[in-house]
Amino acid sequence: MGFRPVSGPGLDKRMTAEEVVARLKPGMTIGIGGWGPRRKPMALVRAILRSDLTDLTVVAYGGPECGMLLAAGKVRKLIYGFVSMDVIPTDPFFRKARQAASFEAREIDEGLLQWGLRAAAMRVPFLPTRTGLGSDVLKANPDFRLVTSPYEDGEVLLAMPAIRLDAALLHATRADRLGNTLVLSPDPFFDEHFARAADACYVSADEVVDRLDLSPQEARYNLYERCFVTGVVETPFGAHPTASAPHYGWDVAAMKAYVAAADAEGGWSAYAADVIGGSEADYVERAGGPAALSALPMPAF
Amino acid sequence: MATDFSLAELLIVACADAFRDNGEILASGIGVIPRLGASLARLTHSPELMLTDGEAYLVEEPIPVGARPASPPMSGYMSYARVFDIVWSGKRHVIIGPLQIDRWGQTNLSGVGSYDKPKVAMLGMRGLPGNSINHINSAFVTNHSKRVFVEGEVDIIGGVGYNPARWADGMNRSSVDNRRIITNLCVMDFEGPDHRIRVRSLHPGVSFEEVQETTGFPLIRPADLGATPAPSAEELEIIARLDPKNLRSRQLKDNPPGRRAA
Repeated sequence: MGFRPVSGPGLDKRMTAEEVVARLKPGMTIGIGGWGPRRKPMALVRAILRSDLTDLTVVAYGGPECGMLLAAGKVRKLIYGFVSMDVIPTDPFFRKARQAASFEAREIDEGLLQWGLRAAAMRVPFLPTRTGLGSDVLKANPDFRLVTSPYEDGEVLLAMPAIRLDAALLHATRADRLGNTLVLSPDPFFDEHFARAADACYVSADEVVDRLDLSPQEARYNLYERCFVTGVVETPFGAHPTASAPHYGWDVAAMKAYVAAADAEGGWSAYAADVIGGSEADYVERAGGPAALSALPMPAF
Repeated sequence: MATDFSLAELLIVACADAFRDNGEILASGIGVIPRLGASLARLTHSPELMLTDGEAYLVEEPIPVGARPASPPMSGYMSYARVFDIVWSGKRHVIIGPLQIDRWGQTNLSGVGSYDKPKVAMLGMRGLPGNSINHINSAFVTNHSKRVFVEGEVDIIGGVGYNPARWADGMNRSSVDNRRIITNLCVMDFEGPDHRIRVRSLHPGVSFEEVQETTGFPLIRPADLGATPAPSAEELEIIARLDPKNLRSRQLKDNPPGRRAA
């Protein structure tokens, strides 16, 4: 007996970046996976930048996507542990927006961000932790509350509230039409928690195939189950200018050009027009084309 | 010993010393000099320390800065999720470079000015709240000044410290362990009464008065205050091997010598 092909309503999850953005609504809370300049779903972010979507709450281990969305006026509130491109420590568009108090800044510890997503994924209202006590996390997040251990110790802890996401945007190395995903870069970061904390999760991938047929070794790099994946979008070089190891490293020159745009009057509008542009195919060509992007070296420390 | 050494090399040795007798923990140094310090400690007095490759793996052979070998041997895995788990276990010591540090050891990496509308926004809290309440923390400062060592509290508290006003009954702060502050002038610690900051050693040619004048709060001067130990020939050789491109020479303005000219 042969394999029964997996099919049925909702099991071909391929869609375009524009179809993803059409499902996002003003006021939504959107989690963005990756970490700083690594494996950010930038093609999906660019599709948001090209749309009229606005008034978003963004949750991220922030890389260039945060500065871009802030510069474009898409963000009402940002929940973040940091915004940085590592090799370029601070993002000038983020700095400008933060210094102008143009958005609601909810700074938290990196670990608290994981805890908030994990609580949402576990469908509990909070998770207890010592992290945040004694710091200005509580001042930055006036809605956070303390909780006293009901056990003999009576310890006072931070009740890190669940961060429920309306949608998560993630980037994977490869995906299939069913929503199975593979991430071959060395660090999964916290993508699985974003996926599990979200009502809908859209994954861009450098490659989308009919069905992932993995070796047991490769299958260990499947980070989250397809029941958490709403849509997959084929976006070659979709993480650019951030890294998507092992296929391409981050593009320091492109990130420097982005940073330089902040110095010019009207710099964001020019960057949006000249670099983000009107379509993803044009973006990849203008960024140097597939051959040049494939040759971007992996980051080395 | 007449060997010449740079201030950067002196600071690498001082950073390494902060990791001495820490036990079998993850030694993290953020930035070239602290990272070289962790690697030097691992290769000299503290082989029990664990190190990462700076990306996602544990290594037993430190990765040279800026000169990563093609396929360095890995001994284990250290994704960020695993780093968080290590943080919460307490088995880590990190040296970071904060924007501001206060007399209570509280640190700031978020920005200067008010939280709501900072004059200068920087990175964010990163892992400071979790690091500082869970494991050993040290600070590295390249411009010892009142701008860094502020008079009052730091503007935005990321890393926690010993200010009693910040703690309520029932909070467990028994793992708060601010250990060393390594600056371009001296090494300080928290071994004064009630964890007050003490000058532990002065770099060659630096006076206590100079350190005090450039610090926004009173410092303790121990009776036996001595000089920061100079690097040995062996240490300098290891440092050169760990930093073949001499990135350390670019970390401090004008790459000053380790012994100030008289």
